[in-house]
Amino acid sequence: MLLQLIQGLLAAALAPLVLGWLNQCRAWLQNRTAPSLLQPYRVLRKLLRKEVVLAVNASWLFRLAPYIVFACMVLAGSIVPLIATDLPFALAADVIALVGLFALARVFMALAAMDVGTAFGSLGSRREMLIAALAEPALLMVFFTPALISQSTALTTIVDQFSNGALQLYPSMAFAAIAFVMVLLAENARIPVDNPSTHLELTMVHEAMILEYSGRHLALMDWAHALKLTVYMAIGIALFLPWGVAHPHEWLGLPLALVALAAKLALFGAGLALLETLAAKMRIFKVPEFLGMAFMLAVLGMLVHFLVEA
Amino acid sequence: MPLLDLILAVVVYWIALGAIGAALPLERAIHARVFFPISALGGLLLTTVGLAGLGNWPQAAVLGLGLPDLPFHVRVDPLSSFFLLLLGAAGTAVSVFSAEYFQRGGGGDIRLICLQYHVFLAAMTMVLVADDAYLFMVAWETMALASYFLVITDHRVAEIRRAGFIYLLVAHLGAIAILLAFGLLQIGQWEYTFEAMRNAVLSPGWAAAVFLLALVGFGAKAGFLPLHVWLPEAHPAAPSPVSALMSGVMLKTAIYGFLRVSFDLLQAQAWWWGVVALAVGLATAFYGAVFAAVQNDMKRLLAYSSIENIGIVLAGAGLALVFHAYGMNLLAALALAATLLHCLNHALFKTLLFLATGAVMHATQQRSLGKLGGLIRRMPWVAALALIGTLAIAGLPPLNGFVSEWLLFQSFLLSPGLPNSYLNMFIPIGTALLALVVALSGYVMVKFFGTVFLGLPREESLHEAHDVGLAGRIAMGWLALWCVLIGLAPVLVLRALDPVFQQLVGAGLRDSLAQSNWTFLTAVAPEHASYNPVVFLLVIVAVILLGAMALRRWFPSGRRRAATWDCGFGKLDARMQDTAEGYGQPIKQIFQAFLRLERHHPSPFDLHPRYHSRIEDPVWEALYAPVARAVRRLSGIVGVVQHGRIAIYLVYSFVTLLLLLALIL
Repeated sequence: MLLQLIQGLLAAALAPLVLGWLNQCRAWLQNRTAPSLLQPYRVLRKLLRKEVVLAVNASWLFRLAPYIVFACMVLAGSIVPLIATDLPFALAADVIALVGLFALARVFMALAAMDVGTAFGSLGSRREMLIAALAEPALLMVFFTPALISQSTALTTIVDQFSNGALQLYPSMAFAAIAFVMVLLAENARIPVDNPSTHLELTMVHEAMILEYSGRHLALMDWAHALKLTVYMAIGIALFLPWGVAHPHEWLGLPLALVALAAKLALFGAGLALLETLAAKMRIFKVPEFLGMAFMLAVLGMLVHFLVEA
Repeated sequence: MPLLDLILAVVVYWIALGAIGAALPLERAIHARVFFPISALGGLLLTTVGLAGLGNWPQAAVLGLGLPDLPFHVRVDPLSSFFLLLLGAAGTAVSVFSAEYFQRGGGGDIRLICLQYHVFLAAMTMVLVADDAYLFMVAWETMALASYFLVITDHRVAEIRRAGFIYLLVAHLGAIAILLAFGLLQIGQWEYTFEAMRNAVLSPGWAAAVFLLALVGFGAKAGFLPLHVWLPEAHPAAPSPVSALMSGVMLKTAIYGFLRVSFDLLQAQAWWWGVVALAVGLATAFYGAVFAAVQNDMKRLLAYSSIENIGIVLAGAGLALVFHAYGMNLLAALALAATLLHCLNHALFKTLLFLATGAVMHATQQRSLGKLGGLIRRMPWVAALALIGTLAIAGLPPLNGFVSEWLLFQSFLLSPGLPNSYLNMFIPIGTALLALVVALSGYVMVKFFGTVFLGLPREESLHEAHDVGLAGRIAMGWLALWCVLIGLAPVLVLRALDPVFQQLVGAGLRDSLAQSNWTFLTAVAPEHASYNPVVFLLVIVAVILLGAMALRRWFPSGRRRAATWDCGFGKLDARMQDTAEGYGQPIKQIFQAFLRLERHHPSPFDLHPRYHSRIEDPVWEALYAPVARAVRRLSGIVGVVQHGRIAIYLVYSFVTLLLLLALIL
């Protein structure tokens, strides 16, 4: 239980750092002077200190949504095995419930975006739900391939199995991995699907949804967003690079696991930054094709599992 | 007191209420306020009886009614108890809500509505307890007719009469198929009790024919593709409580009939039956989800969403059939658990949402999503309760809709154990389709809730909208409470449902569920998968509370209200937000191939631009129109001999007589 608490707090505390690292890598790759690694923390502190300015007609749903979104992401951060697989909460939610958890957060964010009734809010909400409607099935399919291999939908069991046994190569997991990265880019509002550095442009998706938020509400939304990215990266690491994670009752493995996690996150983050630098943002109506491809790749991975590995 | 007597007492009570209500010339408001709340008592009793009946042995009886040599047989077993529970729980809420709804509003005579409404309830109850084909068909037809008359309550509107006609037509197509299925099941013994049919041994060919006839027959009532066409017509036409009852409960009686025939009477003989059901179910679900996303009328949207959910239910039943045919009864029980739970869940949240549309329509006189908006501020109760229904139907944890979808995904994931490599290849594709449907339903429900309750009011008149009264709050609150409780304690529900699984597939989930405490839902084995909604909810609530407290303690910044930021352009108005049309536009773009879309975009130079778009169900053009044309052509041919002059008909009779005489002599 202690481990569980540590892991949840660790995820929440690390998230802005991961975002900071990603921004730093991106700046370097683009020949810019990079902001400090701690810049996201400073932004959060600034926002938390500012007063909240609410639109006159904002309802209770608008004020509740940031808390729900943030809580969902904290729970997600506690479920995904970051450093250890001995997590009591992980039994409470398997991969399907994890997808449901992301959906819950997203639906609240999309509803809150429609609450004030501005053009940008509903535009962002519509686009977000469209992207999600196509990304969510792809994500489920990505999860189902390892679930079929390890006969379990519990993330900790999957990780335990993959990291325990002898190194075995699964061709199906390669398909799943590519599809997963595509879903990750779409779900976390990264280039080429959305651009996190746009603000007040007609192409924005995620930024359009949180346009009306300010002060601590915005801080929670931003923090949740960073946490979501971290959780997604952690899921990717857990599924495709699970080695180094501490198994149940291996207290000595924890520091090692922490180092391994930091190294893997740093590598993954740098890779994402490279991807984002190389790609250009695509038109919103190209996104269905992009996600359709992710979906097809994931389904293909599953079929490959049946044909080759079963 | 035996359960069967109680059920029959409720039936008699409802019919008596309807008859007295039809006879008493009371004022509309008084009438609604007296008869509908007391009819809810029957619903409550039925809920209790259903719960009790789940754990009891089957009870059967022969009634002294019916034809001289053909008495009515009735029986209550776990399967019918489950559906009685569903009928009772949803019916109670609808009756309470009706007390408020029918007080005002135009349309039909309240006395007639009272009679038809109660006959409808009683007939649905009789369908569930009938134990012979004769009583089943009588109750089935009574149910169809009562609901038909309820649909055309507002019969002065031509569109509603047309919707009612389509409903009646499809209902009778289905009834003929069911009648034929029962006719085949008695294999020449002329014994119409279900007991005899259960023991009859059919050749595989005839059994398959019975199964397909049942699929068509019950599919017409439930709305399987392509027999779904009446749903989006009839649901918007009917008064909201009636739509709620039809969508929430009546569709489930069709599922009941399908399960009764395929599992109980036929004992699920061939695996391909399940594949057919699975394919039809997934196609229906996908179709419903895509069409729901592009609707602009809130009741049509919910009707298409019902089609989607019925498709999910059928897919689950199909999977259970496949597992059962291969003798994998534990997995069959798991798939059946998903099926039955989704039936119950859909009955609860769809009834809740239809009642919410009723409240919105009463408050605003609007049904079009393009003319609503911002009602969360005028109708906080309806909005909050509808939000629970919205989240539940979108399949989000920790509510009930997620549980049944979780179970269904788990049974899909366990299908690789099937000893059939073709199925092993194709069922994963089914899983992908199901995932797409579930994600699309989230889109649909955000569109529904967002355009009705959030944003700025799109019409001036919405500023006068009033919240629902006490009866409405009780009715909707009752349903929302069920949604939350089933979501939090699914294990208790599944344990209670165990006798139904035992009855239908001969295996239960009790052993696999008993391995952990009541909060942990497991599929087959805890190490395979588990889900704990209570922990889920507790963690989320704890993080919210702790987070809010921490913020207040360390960052006590203020809060102020200001005008919405308008980017410096001037006054924002309600027309700048997305309409329902705009919200559905991406789906139209992506799934254009499935829709028959007719759109007119005004040119940018048009001073009085008018946008117009129409979506038609392609099934009309592909299936129904050719049939209609063929019938018309045929009747044209037959029309040659019809002249309407009596002299000619006399000649026909004379010639026929001569021919017959010639034959005999």
